[in-house]
Amino acid sequence: MTLAEKEQEIIDEFAIYDDWMDKYEYIIELGKDLPKISDDKKTDDRLIEGCQSRVWLALDIEDGKVKFSADSDAIITKGIIGLLIRVLNNETAKSVATAELNFIKEIGLHEHLSPTRSNGLASMVNKMKMSALKSL
Amino acid sequence: MIKDQIQLTFDVQKIRDDFPILRRSVYGKDLIYFDNGATSQKPQVVIDAINEYYTENNSNIHRGVHYLSQLATTQYEEARKIIQNYINALLSEEVIFTKGTSDAINLVAFSFGETLSAGDEIIISAMEHHSNIVPWQMMCERKGCILRVIPIDQEGDLIMSEFDSMLSSKTKLVAVTHISNSLGTINPVEEIIEKSHKFGAKVLLDGAQSIQHMHVDMQKLDCDFYAFSGHKVFGPTGVGVLYGKKEILDQMPPYQGGGDMIAKVTFEKTTYNELPHKFEAGTPNISGGICLGTAIQYLSKLDIQSIQSHEQELASYAEAKLNEFEGMRIIGTAKKKTSVVSFIVDGIHPFDLGTLLDKQGIAVRTGHHCTQPLMDFFEIPGTIRASFAFYNTKEEIDIFISAVERSLTMLR
Repeated sequence: MTLAEKEQEIIDEFAIYDDWMDKYEYIIELGKDLPKISDDKKTDDRLIEGCQSRVWLALDIEDGKVKFSADSDAIITKGIIGLLIRVLNNETAKSVATAELNFIKEIGLHEHLSPTRSNGLASMVNKMKMSALKSL
Repeated sequence: MIKDQIQLTFDVQKIRDDFPILRRSVYGKDLIYFDNGATSQKPQVVIDAINEYYTENNSNIHRGVHYLSQLATTQYEEARKIIQNYINALLSEEVIFTKGTSDAINLVAFSFGETLSAGDEIIISAMEHHSNIVPWQMMCERKGCILRVIPIDQEGDLIMSEFDSMLSSKTKLVAVTHISNSLGTINPVEEIIEKSHKFGAKVLLDGAQSIQHMHVDMQKLDCDFYAFSGHKVFGPTGVGVLYGKKEILDQMPPYQGGGDMIAKVTFEKTTYNELPHKFEAGTPNISGGICLGTAIQYLSKLDIQSIQSHEQELASYAEAKLNEFEGMRIIGTAKKKTSVVSFIVDGIHPFDLGTLLDKQGIAVRTGHHCTQPLMDFFEIPGTIRASFAFYNTKEEIDIFISAVERSLTMLR
């Protein structure tokens, strides 16, 4: 599946919800399902400090493909991380670095990626792209 | 008799009609605004005054001989007098317009700070907003002064015996919050002022969270400085007040240079204007000052006692209801509290709960509330804070409680 197809799949999944709380119910489930990252990976250099919640991000490259794992102390943040990882994992570093991630706006969650939200997600997306760039 | 009449007219539904924003909805739900500690909403009279100023009266003040300049100057100075009367300052020149509380505290930290020497001590408390911590740290670094911190107990009360042992002839200033923005604690400021004065120390009160909830009387309190923000007291943003005793302000050097604050300028030497203009360099927030006057006038027509009891009732009701939830922990259980309820729930991140409340139309604040050292003391990442104003209702709290319940079910 291409990156664009993965984004479209998520947009389609969210299209069935017209109530905000239903949408968030789904995000919370995604957050609960996100594989935990091991405690030894929750180091300070992987920590992205937000004003509201904290995010840990780790990157591995396998066969030229990007493998992110991430965690947060807030479950909604984790759910959104889950969506980002679903779209970006198994892509090349170059596709990650140039991904526009318009699906976040399409499903109405762009407020979470605004720097003013201070939940660490905006910094996380930047760090995802930067670390992908660095690996090139 | 007159007071009884005022009290009888305290009708929350009628008051709500004065605040147009309370009629709007967010995410398709009626707005419930419980973030009054961050900023208050504005009554129609204030909104109209802003409009009227720019439509009819806009002009620069203290400068022109023309009609509009005179008019704007008169209105601006009348606003100063309205504020003077409301806080019962002895003189109108003791009321200095600033950008807000932070600006007022920075003014004192810089200007009063210039009169201090290395080794002098400043006392603050463990529950201060960053605005009443950082300016003093900067000042101490600049002047070689020492910053001391009154600790608090688990309830969120100041440990006054510790304060007593800190006071000495080295103490030059005690800068404490009147009411804690995160905990709602009402500090024993009368006692702090009395004790500090015995050692010759001046006292600054951070009034950002107090003037909208209680009657503050400068002459009765006898504090040396009192700072507050316009936007938290139903007025516009970008304007606030520093009250200072004239004899102290007179001895302090100007904070910023520019127009309005000078008596005579030559390249050899400049002499400074008198109070309050000495501390008001440049064209001020004219509309802000005038409309802050309108807001204070609006507030002065309400009965502060009725406001207080209404707000207290809301806070007690909310606390009782919240305490019914399993794993609920109210942060800040001081003996004397204002209408702030800060809480956390076991295993639930404040950000998650705050986000879900937002989607149900309820505005609360989540996070550390600009009091990181205080959150470190309680060993928590932050809280959810519901802060009530007199226009809030019990019905809104019922909706809030249902929303908390629904959110917790989703998050657990």
